[in-house]
Amino acid sequence: MTTTASKARPQTQSDERRAGPRWACVDGNEAAARIAFALSEVVPIYPITPASPMGEFADDWAAAGKPNLWGAVPDVVELQSEGGAAAAMHGALQKGALSSTFTASQGLLLMIPSMLKMAGELSPGVIHVSARTLATHALAIFGDHSDVMLARTTGWAMLASNSVQEAQDLALVAHLAALRSRVPFMHFFDGFRTSHEVDKIALISEDDIRALVSDDDILEFRSRGMGPDAPVLRGTAQNPDVFFQAREACNPFYLATPGIVAEMMEALAQRTGRRYDLVEYEGAADAERVVVLMGSGVGAAQEAVETLNAAGEKVGLLKVRLYRPFPTERLLAALPPTVRSIAVLDRTKEPGALGEPLYLDVVAALSEGMDSERPPFARMPRVIGGRYGLASKEFTPAMVRAVFDTLTEDKPRRHFTVGIDDDVTGASIAVDGAFRFPRPRGEVQAMFFGLGSDGTVGANKNSVKIIGEGTEMWAQGYFVYDSKKAGSVTVSHLRFGPQPIRSTYLIDGADFIACHQFGLLEKMKVLDYARQGSTFLLNSPYPADEVWDHLPQEVQRQLIEKQVEFWVIDAFKIAHEVGMGSRINTVMQPCFFKLSGVLPADEAVDRIKQSVEKTYGKRGRTIVEMNFAAIDRSLEALERVTVPAEVTSQHKLASPVPADAPLFVRDVTARLMAGEGDLLPVSALPVDGTFMTGTARFEKRAIAQEIPIWDPDVCIQCGKCSIVCPHATIRMKVYEPRFLAGAPEHFRHTGFRSKDLPGHEYTLQVAPDDCTGCGVCVDVCPAKSKTEARLKAINMMPALEHRDAERERWVFFETIPPLDRDLVAHDTVKGSQLLEPLFEFPGACAGCGETPYIKLISQLFGDHIVISNATGCSSIYGGNLPTTPYTVNREGRGPSWNNSLFEDAAEFGMGLRMGYEAGAEAARVLLERLGPRVDGALAREILEAEQDTEPQMRAQRERVARLVEKLQSVGDGPDVRHLLRLADNLVRQGVWIIGGDGWAYDIGFGGLDQALAAGRNVNILVLDTEVYSNTGGQASKATARGAVAKFAASGKPTAKKDLGLIAISYGNVYVAQIALGANDLQATRALLEADAWPGTSLVIAYSACIAHGIDMSKSMAHERDAVKSGYWPLYRFRPSDAATGQPFKLDSKEPSMPVGEFMSTEARFAILSRTHPELAERLQAQAQADVDERWRYYRQLAAIERTAPPTVDDDPEGAGGTDRDEEESA
Amino acid sequence: MSRLATTYLGLELRSPVVASSSPLLRDLETAKRMCAAGAAAIVLPSLFEEEIVHEDLELDAVLEAGAEGFSEALHYFPELGAVESIAERYLSSIGTAKAQLDVPVIASLNAASPGGWVRYAKLIEEAGADALELNLYHIAADPAQTGSAMEALDLEVVRAVAESITIPLAIKLGPYYSAFANFAAQAIEAGARGLVLFNRFYQPDIDPDAREVVPSLELSSPWELRLPLRWIAILRPALSGRASLAATSGVHTGLDVAKALLVGADVAMMTSALLAAGPDHFARVEQDLLQWMDENGYETVSEARGSVSYAAADDPSAFERANYVKTLHSWSAPQHLTPGSPSS
Repeated sequence: MTTTASKARPQTQSDERRAGPRWACVDGNEAAARIAFALSEVVPIYPITPASPMGEFADDWAAAGKPNLWGAVPDVVELQSEGGAAAAMHGALQKGALSSTFTASQGLLLMIPSMLKMAGELSPGVIHVSARTLATHALAIFGDHSDVMLARTTGWAMLASNSVQEAQDLALVAHLAALRSRVPFMHFFDGFRTSHEVDKIALISEDDIRALVSDDDILEFRSRGMGPDAPVLRGTAQNPDVFFQAREACNPFYLATPGIVAEMMEALAQRTGRRYDLVEYEGAADAERVVVLMGSGVGAAQEAVETLNAAGEKVGLLKVRLYRPFPTERLLAALPPTVRSIAVLDRTKEPGALGEPLYLDVVAALSEGMDSERPPFARMPRVIGGRYGLASKEFTPAMVRAVFDTLTEDKPRRHFTVGIDDDVTGASIAVDGAFRFPRPRGEVQAMFFGLGSDGTVGANKNSVKIIGEGTEMWAQGYFVYDSKKAGSVTVSHLRFGPQPIRSTYLIDGADFIACHQFGLLEKMKVLDYARQGSTFLLNSPYPADEVWDHLPQEVQRQLIEKQVEFWVIDAFKIAHEVGMGSRINTVMQPCFFKLSGVLPADEAVDRIKQSVEKTYGKRGRTIVEMNFAAIDRSLEALERVTVPAEVTSQHKLASPVPADAPLFVRDVTARLMAGEGDLLPVSALPVDGTFMTGTARFEKRAIAQEIPIWDPDVCIQCGKCSIVCPHATIRMKVYEPRFLAGAPEHFRHTGFRSKDLPGHEYTLQVAPDDCTGCGVCVDVCPAKSKTEARLKAINMMPALEHRDAERERWVFFETIPPLDRDLVAHDTVKGSQLLEPLFEFPGACAGCGETPYIKLISQLFGDHIVISNATGCSSIYGGNLPTTPYTVNREGRGPSWNNSLFEDAAEFGMGLRMGYEAGAEAARVLLERLGPRVDGALAREILEAEQDTEPQMRAQRERVARLVEKLQSVGDGPDVRHLLRLADNLVRQGVWIIGGDGWAYDIGFGGLDQALAAGRNVNILVLDTEVYSNTGGQASKATARGAVAKFAASGKPTAKKDLGLIAISYGNVYVAQIALGANDLQATRALLEADAWPGTSLVIAYSACIAHGIDMSKSMAHERDAVKSGYWPLYRFRPSDAATGQPFKLDSKEPSMPVGEFMSTEARFAILSRTHPELAERLQAQAQADVDERWRYYRQLAAIERTAPPTVDDDPEGAGGTDRDEEESA
Repeated sequence: MSRLATTYLGLELRSPVVASSSPLLRDLETAKRMCAAGAAAIVLPSLFEEEIVHEDLELDAVLEAGAEGFSEALHYFPELGAVESIAERYLSSIGTAKAQLDVPVIASLNAASPGGWVRYAKLIEEAGADALELNLYHIAADPAQTGSAMEALDLEVVRAVAESITIPLAIKLGPYYSAFANFAAQAIEAGARGLVLFNRFYQPDIDPDAREVVPSLELSSPWELRLPLRWIAILRPALSGRASLAATSGVHTGLDVAKALLVGADVAMMTSALLAAGPDHFARVEQDLLQWMDENGYETVSEARGSVSYAAADDPSAFERANYVKTLHSWSAPQHLTPGSPSS
C-alpha cells in the first residue's frame, strides 16, 4: 500500500472504531450528494427528476457556506441544460478543478457528447445518476437503467449502487477511483427506489473522506490543468493516419480501472468495515441456478435467495457493481463452479437487440471464460435474459422466485419479462402471487394513506428519522405519489426492525395501516393491505360509537374477516382547533407510535416535539406551539372501535367511471384510476403510445371542500369567473328557453342580458366533482349583493351541502348545446366564455395560473389545432395518465396533442407545421388533378377559398365534406384514396407550441429562436411562471432579480431575460406579453391576433404559481399588481407592412405602484428580507431600477416606426403552399 | 438641573416631550432627528402578537404549499436559513435604538394571548428597553362579555407582565372603561407604574363605491387633547404620585404640552404633529413651551405640573358635569375653539 490514504489509516481507524459511525436517515440522493459536495470545487447543475434533489442539496449547502474537503465552498451553478452542465464540467476539469454533477434520463442523454470528450481526455469527473427511464412511447419519471445503458459507450466507468448506504459509499469509491484511474465515473442508483427511499445509514465522516483521498492523486490531477504558464493543445482534429491509434492509447487506463476500484473498495472497507466488491456472489456455494443483476433489485433478490436456500434449493445471486469497464475475470471467478443455468436480469429495454446489455456482456464473458485455458465450469451454463422493473415497476422476491423456477425448465424462454403479463408476445413468465416470503423477525410494516396537503409524508419521513436515528432499530421509508398536483393522494410505506432492511419493494401486507383521510376509504382499497390481526387507524369525523355506520360494506367486511384492531381519531377537529387547518400530521403521528408500539408513547411524543422544534423553530414560535398543542391533544382523542360481528352497511364502493363511458375508458382508464394499472396486460395498452382524448371528465375526484355557488340575481354575466377558472369548472351557457325542458326543479337560469340575443336564457354552472375549490373565480367576481356586501354572484359554499344538487344541475347543464359560435364576439371576455372549452378538469395545482390560457386557446381555436407541448407542468397536467384534459366538441374535433421532449418543443412544433403544409400541398396537387373528374367548380372553390375567419373555415369544411362524398363515387384509384386520406388538410389548421419558461428561456431557447427565425406559421405560448415549476421551483432565466428560488436561495442577482424583446428584434414575429388577471381582454385579443398572424407568433403569458409563495385564490390580484407596478408590462408587437406603422403597442398604463409593494406580497421576494435583509433591500432597489428602465425603453419603442421584413412565405413561388391564401389576405 | 427636566416611570428625562409610538419611529434616522430636535424619550411602534402569528402562519402556508404531494417536486422553495420574525426584528430594533439614541427607549407591546404578553415582555426587557408600554387595545364586541370581566382580563395581563419584568411598566389605555378612575387605580395596584392616556382607536371607514370596510388613519386634532386633560386632572390628585401620567392624543404644540403639565401629566407624547410637521417639530414645541414658561413665570416644569388639576383648579367641578354648561356658553366665541388657541 503506497497511497496516502493507507498511510493515514491505522490511527484514524481506531478512532473511528471507538466512536462508531454516525447514523442518519437520509435518502439516496442526499447520501450521494454529500460525498460529491465534499469532493468538488465546481458543481454545474440542472434540474431533472429524480436527480434534482442532489443539485438542490448541493445548492443549499453552498448557499449556507458549507465548505468542501479543502475548506472552500464549491461553486454550484445552474446551467441552461444538462448539455450545458456537462460542458461546464468538462471545462472545469480541463482547468484542473474537481467537478461533479447530477442527472438522470434525458439529462444524461444531453450530456453524452461532452461525456465522450471528458473520457477521451481522461478527465476524471463524476456524474451521479438517479437512473430513470427514457421517454419513448411515453415519458416516465421513474427508475430503470435505460439512461445509463444508453450512455455506456461514452467511455465512462459505471458503478451501480443497490441501496441508500451504497449510494453514499460507492459515491466515494467513484470519486476516489476516478482520481486514481483518470477515467471519469458514472455512479448510478435506481431513481425513486434508491434516490427517494429514506434509509438508516452509517455516515461517512469528513475525516473518513480525508483519510481515503490521496493528495498525490489530487496534485497529479491539478497538474494536468490547462494554463498559459505551461501551454498545451487539446481537442485537436485528427486524420485517418493517427485517430485510430490515438483512440487506442487510453487502453491501459481502462485495463487498470477495475483493479483501482477494487483497491478503493478495500480501502473503504478498512476504514469503515463495509466491504464491497466489483461483483459479489451471495447464496449457496454449490448453487446450480444463479440470477445476475444490478441496482435496487438486488435487495429483493437477496431475500428470495435466502428463502429458497433455506427451503433446500441451491440458488445464488450475482450482484454486479462495476459495470464498465466490465470485470470479466472477477465475474467468472465469483460464480460457483457448480452453476448450470443463469438468468441475467436487465432493467432496460433495447428493442430489436439480441438481448439487453448486461445479458450480452455476461454471455460474452462466459464464452470467453469457457474458451480460456482454465474454463470456470465443466459445461457452459445456459444463460437466459429477462427484463424487469421498467419505470419503477415493482420487483419482488416472488418475481425472483419465478425466475429461478424458469431456470429449472428444460427449455426456458431465452428472453423473457417478469412482473407484467405480456399476453401479446407471451414473453412474460408467471409469478405465483400467493407465495408468501417470510418476513424478517421483529419487523414492523406500516402503511399510511393521505393527501399531499395534509402533511402525511412529511410526518412519516420524520418518524423514520425518529426511529432510525434515535434507537437501535433500522428504518426505511418509501413514498408513492399520484399523478395529480391538486388533491394528490400519497401512500407511505414504512418498515422498522432489528435487522438491516433490504426489502426494495412496496409493502403488500401491513401490520399497521393509517388512513389520514376518511374519503380515501371510498376511493382506495386501503384495507386490502391489512394483514390478519393488524391495526387500523382512521382519521374520522365520527366518534368510535358512530363510525361503523359510515363505513362502506367492503371496509366493514375486511375489518371483521381480518380481525383488525380498529382505532379512530378526529384529527381534523384537533388540527382545526389549534389553528393548523388541514395539516393533521402531528395529530396522527403520536397515534402511530402508540398503536404500533415501535417506541414508548411518551418518548415518541418527546421526540416528535424535538423534531418540530428543529423543523419549525427557525421560523418563529407560532407553528411550533400549534404543533405542540396538536401533539398534546392527540393521544387523549384516540378511541378504539368495537368491531361488530356482522357487516351492516348497505353502501358499496362505486365503479369509478359511468357505465356509458367509452370502452377504453371502462376497460383501461378506470383500472388506472382505481390503482389497478399493474394488473393490466400488454394487450390492453396501445402499441405506439396513442390515447384518446376527452378522458378527464370521467375522473370525478370531488376533491373540493368548498365549491362556488351561483346567485343569478347578483350576476352581471361578465364572464370573468369563467375566463380565470384554471380547471374549466365554471361554465357559462346561453341558450334558447326551449332547452330548459326537462330541467331539474332547482336548475338555475336567468335572462341573458344582451341586445343581440334577445329572449335567450343564461346559466352559470359549476362542475362540482371537478372543481378544486381554489376560489379564484370568487376572488375575481366584480358583482356584490345589494343586501349583503360579502356575497358576490358566486360564493364558496361547503361542498358537502351542495354537491348533490349541483351534480344534478351539472348533468342537465351538459345536455344544453353550446351556442352557435358565430352568434358571439370572440374578442370579448364574455363572448369567449360562451365558446366551449376543449380543455377541462386538468390535474394542475388548485388555482394554477397556466391552465386558463390553454383553456382560452382551446375555446378560441380548439377544433382546428395541434399542440406541441414542451415537458413541464403543462405536459404533466396535459398528458399524465390516467386521463387528459384535452377533449372534443360534439363533432368530435379538438386539439391533437403531443409532448416530444423538454428541449425540442419548438422544433417539434415546426415539424408539425411543415407536416401539415406538406399534407395540404399534396392534397391540393391531387385536387388540381382530380378536380375536373369530381366537380370542377367545387374543386376551384376549395383551392381558392379564404379561411381567415371561422365562418370561412366552416364553409371550407362543408365544401371538403362534399368533396369527400363525391370522391367516394368516383372510383377507387390511388389518387382518390390519397386525396380522401389528405382532404382534412384542405381546411386550415393551426399549430400551437406550448411550454414553460424553463423550456423557452433556457433549455429550449435554441430551438425557440430557430422557430422565431424560420418565420413559419406557428404560435408559441410561453407559460411564464418565472421558475421551473414542475421540478419544484428552480430558478430559470425568467426568474426575476431578487426572487428566491432553488439555485437562487439568496435571491437571483441578475435581471430577468427579456424574451419578448429578443423576438421583437426579428421584426416579423408577432409578440405579445399578457396577464389574464390584469387585462383579460388584452389577453384574449393577443391570442386571437397571434392565431391570425400568418407568420410566427410568440405570446408570453404571466402565470401565477404556487412557487411564487402566494395565496393562490388571490392569484389574479397578484397578476393585476404585477402589471400595475410595471413588473410585468403588457404589450403587443404587431408586425406590419406599413411604411410608417408603429408596431409596438404598450397595453398597460404607466406603473402606479412601487415594484417593492408588489414584491412584498409574494413570499418568493418577501422572504429575502427576512433571511438577508440588506441584500433584499439592495435587490429591491435594483428591481425598481429594472422596472423604471424597462418602462422608459418600452415607451420609446412604442413610438418607433418599423416595417416588417418579408416572411419566407411572402415568396409567391415559395414552399408556403396552402398558407399563401391566408398570408395574402392577412 | 434644566428647567424642563422631568421624571417618567422613574426615568430621568430632559424634557416632558416624548415621541409617541408611531410608524415614523420604524426608521432609526428619523428617531435620531427627533432626539436631536429635543424628544426626551421615544416609544417604539407596537409589537403586535397577532401580526407575528399571522406572518408565521402565512409564511408557513405558502412555503409548504404543494410540499410532499407530487413526486417531481417535494418542495417549491429552497432550504432557508433562520428566518427573522417580526418579533426578532422588533427586538433587534430595540437594541439598535438603545445603542444609537441617547434618550430612554420605551418599547410597546400588544399581545393577544396571556402567554404572549409575558413572553414578549420578557424578551423586550432582555433586548434592553428602558421601559415597556402595554398597548391594551381591544374592542369589546362580544355581547356576552361584561365590562367587569374584560377589566379583570386586562388587570390580569398587567399583573402577569409586571411580575415578569423589572423594567418599569406603563399601560396605554382607551377611554372606554365604565369607571375609569377605579380601573386606573386597579391597574396601578396590579403593577403599572404609569398610565398613558389615551389610546386613539383607529376607526375603519367605509368605501361607498366598493362597498367595503377600509382601514383609515386620521391624524389627531388638538381638540382631542381635552379627554386626556380631563382624566389626568382627575387622576393626578387621586393617585397621589403612585404612578406617572402621560398625555397623548392631540398634543401638537408647546402650549398643548403646557396644558398637559398644568393638569398634572409627567410627560406629553406626540405623533400626529410629527407626521404632519416632521421630526424637527420637537424644537419648535420646546421653544414654545419655554416661551410660555417665561411668560407665566415658571422656572421649571415641575412648578407648573398639576397646578390646574382637579385638586388645584379654581373650579374643579369644571372637570365634571359643570363644564358642559361652560362649553355650551363658549359657542358664543368660536375663536376660542381654534386649535392651539391659548385660552380655549
